[in-house]
Amino acid sequence: MESILVANAGIFIALAALFGLFMAWGIGANDVANAMGTSVGSKALSFKQAVIIAAIFELAGAVLAGGEVTKTIRKGIIDISSLGDTPELLIYGMLASLLAAGIWLLVATRQGWPVSTTHSIVGAIVGFGAVGISVDAVHWGKVGTIAASWVTSPVLAGAIAFFLFRSIQKLIINTENPVESARKYVPFYIFVVGFIIAMVTMVKGLKHVGIKLPLDQSTLIAAAVGIIVMIIGTILIKRIKYDPDADRDFHFANMEKIFGVLMIFTAIAIAFAHGSNDVANAIGPVAAVVSIVQSAGEIAASSATPIWILIIGGGGIVFGLVTYGHKVIATVGTGITELTPSRGFAATLGAAVTIVFASGTGLPISTTHTLVGGVLGVGLARGIGALNGNVIKTIFMSWIVTLPAGAGLSILFFFVLKGIFS
Amino acid sequence: MVRRSSITNMFAGSPIHPLQQHMEKCCECIGHLPAFFRAVADKDYEKAEEIQGIISNLEVEADDLKHDLRMNLPNSLFMPMPREQILDIVRQQDKIANTSKDIAGIMTGRKAVLPEPIAELFIAFVNRANDAATQAKTAINELDELVETGFRGGQITKVSDMISELDDIEHDTDKIERQLRHALFTIENDYPPLNMMFLYRVIDWVGKLADISQRVGSRLQLLLAR
Repeated sequence: MESILVANAGIFIALAALFGLFMAWGIGANDVANAMGTSVGSKALSFKQAVIIAAIFELAGAVLAGGEVTKTIRKGIIDISSLGDTPELLIYGMLASLLAAGIWLLVATRQGWPVSTTHSIVGAIVGFGAVGISVDAVHWGKVGTIAASWVTSPVLAGAIAFFLFRSIQKLIINTENPVESARKYVPFYIFVVGFIIAMVTMVKGLKHVGIKLPLDQSTLIAAAVGIIVMIIGTILIKRIKYDPDADRDFHFANMEKIFGVLMIFTAIAIAFAHGSNDVANAIGPVAAVVSIVQSAGEIAASSATPIWILIIGGGGIVFGLVTYGHKVIATVGTGITELTPSRGFAATLGAAVTIVFASGTGLPISTTHTLVGGVLGVGLARGIGALNGNVIKTIFMSWIVTLPAGAGLSILFFFVLKGIFS
Repeated sequence: MVRRSSITNMFAGSPIHPLQQHMEKCCECIGHLPAFFRAVADKDYEKAEEIQGIISNLEVEADDLKHDLRMNLPNSLFMPMPREQILDIVRQQDKIANTSKDIAGIMTGRKAVLPEPIAELFIAFVNRANDAATQAKTAINELDELVETGFRGGQITKVSDMISELDDIEHDTDKIERQLRHALFTIENDYPPLNMMFLYRVIDWVGKLADISQRVGSRLQLLLAR
């Protein structure tokens, strides 16, 4: 049995890297746009700024905090001990999953169907595991947790966004002088953004890069990060030019300019969060293949995800972003006209915090659905002119459609690959 | 292969701006009425007819805006205000345009005469009704600020003040209406009875314009109270 692994080691790794890169490219080309859409749509960022921020912080999120979800995809869904002396089955399965998810996303995107990268890959892995290996090979408990997180993540993002929005209503918007209040309180929100992201990253993410800090040190460093971004934000707010004429037409124009600064940091947070969660969809299977091949058949359950794979994933996302994603960001951004920076901030931060926590706990969730939850949360606080309720239907549809499709395709490819190599 | 994003799809067009545009048009209709009545008082029927044409065109434009708004108000919307109330406000606003058009149309058709002794009072009455509509428009224009504040805080007080001012203006038109009826009553025997009957009807209609404007305000108040 080992002979198949040894004989084809090079091919397996090359195929895995190729398919993984393809998936990462797809994520960069399409998914990033949804993450950045609220920032561009609320006119807090230009397209170009959004692309630059996305490129830097998607990569940072992938490398610094992407390890935990990658671990889940790699070995959390399939019980690798059930493979026994046929470890190559996992290789076929993971390659098949990548291929299935990648092709399915390509087809669905062309057709304009609502799909989610996360759901495709999870569906694909569960599919080949249950049919190709055995029903018992799937960690159904873990799969249940993941499925539950798909429901709770939009709800949680909505709740956070709701209360964030209510807090800025109380502290800033509904005061005598909103501009003055905004200048006073917005830096604190910036601090919160920096602190939470840095904290979760250090506690949960960095161990995959080989850094492990005690909790009190992490807290100190996170606070330092928060203060640094707060100072940068305060300087940016000081440099805003106010236009008294703008307030005549719409009385909150100048206040929204201050929220524009806050939105820059929130955009950074969501790019980081997206990178940390979605990179795993592309490289989780790659990591699984590489670890089996390198240990020549002994499925090492303990080895950490190699950094170079995280970098491939992050790099692939950036590549997709630069070659194609910038166009999609422009399209999505111009499609969102009803969002002002204050609302965009509440919705986006609600989503970013939820996603970063999910990344820390190793749960693969859908960035888009979480963001939809965040926007609906602001809508429930009577903050947005009109939201289309059909979007909830689309989310349910994407669950019903994507999971069987991903599963079916990956089962097909699994048996094709198995036939070719053995 | 641009993916149709659920993020983009969820932002439906807000009905607030179209609602404000519609009110703007309706106010333009009634805004031409004082000049129209002036022309009638001066017996300048050529000019009156010209103004009537303008009002009629504006009413058509307002109708188009109304249809657009109704067509683009999908069923499943999360809005900070109920859909029925939006449609109700549109209906009231539309009556301002319709009534203005009817008044100008019928008066032109009949070559109505405003007797000299009551002409100034009549025009003052029309002006005040126009004020009511303008005040209603000012209040409707605060809707986007209301959404920005999430229908809370000082903005509510501000709009409430506007609505109570609208009420004051409407009471004022009631007062002028009574004066006007009385003035017409004292001279009615000196003119052809049918013309007089017709003028009483016109007074009714103009009074109704102020009533409708007030109703736009009270519908807005319902939104605040939620």
